[in-house]
Amino acid sequence: MTNLLTLTRMRVRLALRNKMFFFFSIIMPIGFFFLYSGVFAKGEPIVVAYLLGPVLGLNVMGSFWGLSATLVTFREQGILRRFHVTPATATDMLVSSILANYALTLPTVIAELLLAKFLFHVPSLGDLTSIFLLVSIGTISFGSLGLVIASVTNTMQETQVLNQLLWLPLIFLSGATIPFTSLSKTVQHIALFLPATYLVHGLKNAIVNAFGPDKILLPLASLTVWFVLTLFLSSQLFRWEPEAKIGRRAKLYVAATAIPFLLLGVWEARYGRVIAEEKVTMQRVEDSDRSEQRRKPREQEQSTDPTRLDDAKPRN
Amino acid sequence: MPNSVLQVENLTKRYGDVQAVRGISFQVAEGEVFGLLGPNGAGKTSTIEILEGLRDADAGMVSVCGYDPRTQGDELKHEIGAALQSTALPDKLRVMEALHLFAGFYKRRKNPDDLLKRFGLEEKRNAFYSQLSGGQKQRLALAIALINDPKVVFLDEPTAGLDPQVRREIYDVIEELRRDKKTIVLTTHYIEEAERLCDRVAIVDHGQIIAQGTPRELKQASADKTRIEVRLAREESEATLGTLEGVSDCRSLNGNYVLHCQRPPQAIVSLVKHLEAQNNELVSLEIATPSLEDVFIELTGRRLRD
Repeated sequence: MTNLLTLTRMRVRLALRNKMFFFFSIIMPIGFFFLYSGVFAKGEPIVVAYLLGPVLGLNVMGSFWGLSATLVTFREQGILRRFHVTPATATDMLVSSILANYALTLPTVIAELLLAKFLFHVPSLGDLTSIFLLVSIGTISFGSLGLVIASVTNTMQETQVLNQLLWLPLIFLSGATIPFTSLSKTVQHIALFLPATYLVHGLKNAIVNAFGPDKILLPLASLTVWFVLTLFLSSQLFRWEPEAKIGRRAKLYVAATAIPFLLLGVWEARYGRVIAEEKVTMQRVEDSDRSEQRRKPREQEQSTDPTRLDDAKPRN
Repeated sequence: MPNSVLQVENLTKRYGDVQAVRGISFQVAEGEVFGLLGPNGAGKTSTIEILEGLRDADAGMVSVCGYDPRTQGDELKHEIGAALQSTALPDKLRVMEALHLFAGFYKRRKNPDDLLKRFGLEEKRNAFYSQLSGGQKQRLALAIALINDPKVVFLDEPTAGLDPQVRREIYDVIEELRRDKKTIVLTTHYIEEAERLCDRVAIVDHGQIIAQGTPRELKQASADKTRIEVRLAREESEATLGTLEGVSDCRSLNGNYVLHCQRPPQAIVSLVKHLEAQNNELVSLEIATPSLEDVFIELTGRRLRD
């Protein structure tokens, strides 16, 4: 336990001294928040609330980039092998990476929620417990994916290629960038095989529909199972030595991380509610937005039309 | 060996087709500085990394402080300190933070401030690792190796890649540890390092120990012969030069001739006479007192740095 805390403190400290960390973990997520809220939602509180799920989802998913890159750098530079000669274990190294990443991601998520509430006047942030649970399990499970990537790639170049290959479908098909309901039926069904879809879907339900934890059990349970599997795989594949290359067959282990969502995707396509719920949520947001748009001009009229003001005056 | 803290018997290690270690055996007594001397690729690092628990041996018996590194690695790691050959620390880690970080892993800890003072790093306590010179990085590595007050310290090529002045600084530090009766196992390919720092040396070549003893014993085994190294204008036969008066043996090494002799003046006179007779010329001549390099040349026919 002491080793774990010692390493976690070090990882947090090093990240805070890293300019890349500031850019990718603070500036970029906050930049996305303003892009979504200010430009895409045009500051409309109801739309901002709808887009908050995708924004938080992007922030949480990004965990795997930083974790894989740092671990591979540590291995390539021979830093890991220095720790190998101490009583610190592979589990200490892996879990401390996840804990540090969690500690560093949470403040940005809180900042995004506060900005939505106080700068864009989102009337309700939904169910905060559900948001907290989804952000937490999402951050640690996507962080674990980063650890598997670090374990199955031999060089930083390979790591970046694999990160890109995973990142693009995760952000474009999950509803994190393109609204899920705008995707074609086929693409929506493909998206059901991605963990990111369940994360973003869960966050939207927690924020827009104020679903409590009991109503978002599917994303919570699936991401938890995924976390356990990815952490187990990364601990089995962990390598301290830079020259300890991994064989092609072992690289297939990365495919094993897809198993839970492969099964879930098949089940969800047949019996599930994700696609239907997405439609309902979108419809609800559009209706609320339309009525808001209708209410606004009426209020403006009331405040500028002198006759109306006269009408409002008490008659003798 | 009655008070040995480290025993190695018939150690073997193979990487694919390469047999890196072929049946190495030795013991190290408490308070002793033991050196594994040999050229690059001789199997020194593989051996020391098996002792540290970083690699598993294919066969053989290893005991360090009474622990088997393969099965009792967790216990062993509390008892040993190590400065590895190819390693680093994160660039943005400060010197003092590095010592505190590593101290956090052990049950037994030394005061980081005392170690900073001892290794002359007080002024650098707040410097980032990336801001340190090669010598300072190595001194920090040694300080970290001692943070848990280890029973055995492993130093893998502690001065490799450092300039001669910095190398001498590191020698002073290791000599201080030796005075403190710290048990040290070091690997090196520098003759001077082995002769100056080690109580006993094992000469390693092609994964085997080819000679073992105190530096003095090893040199005596090569009959305390003075080495004369000459470069000639034209080639000569090794056999002919080896039979000159006063010369014990002759080997050709990279275009030079290395003559071992017990009576150097006589050997030089007979060599000059021979060259005159052959109408050959002496381009250069160097005389050196016997060293472990000569022992290595005698045993392998090669120089250590070849």
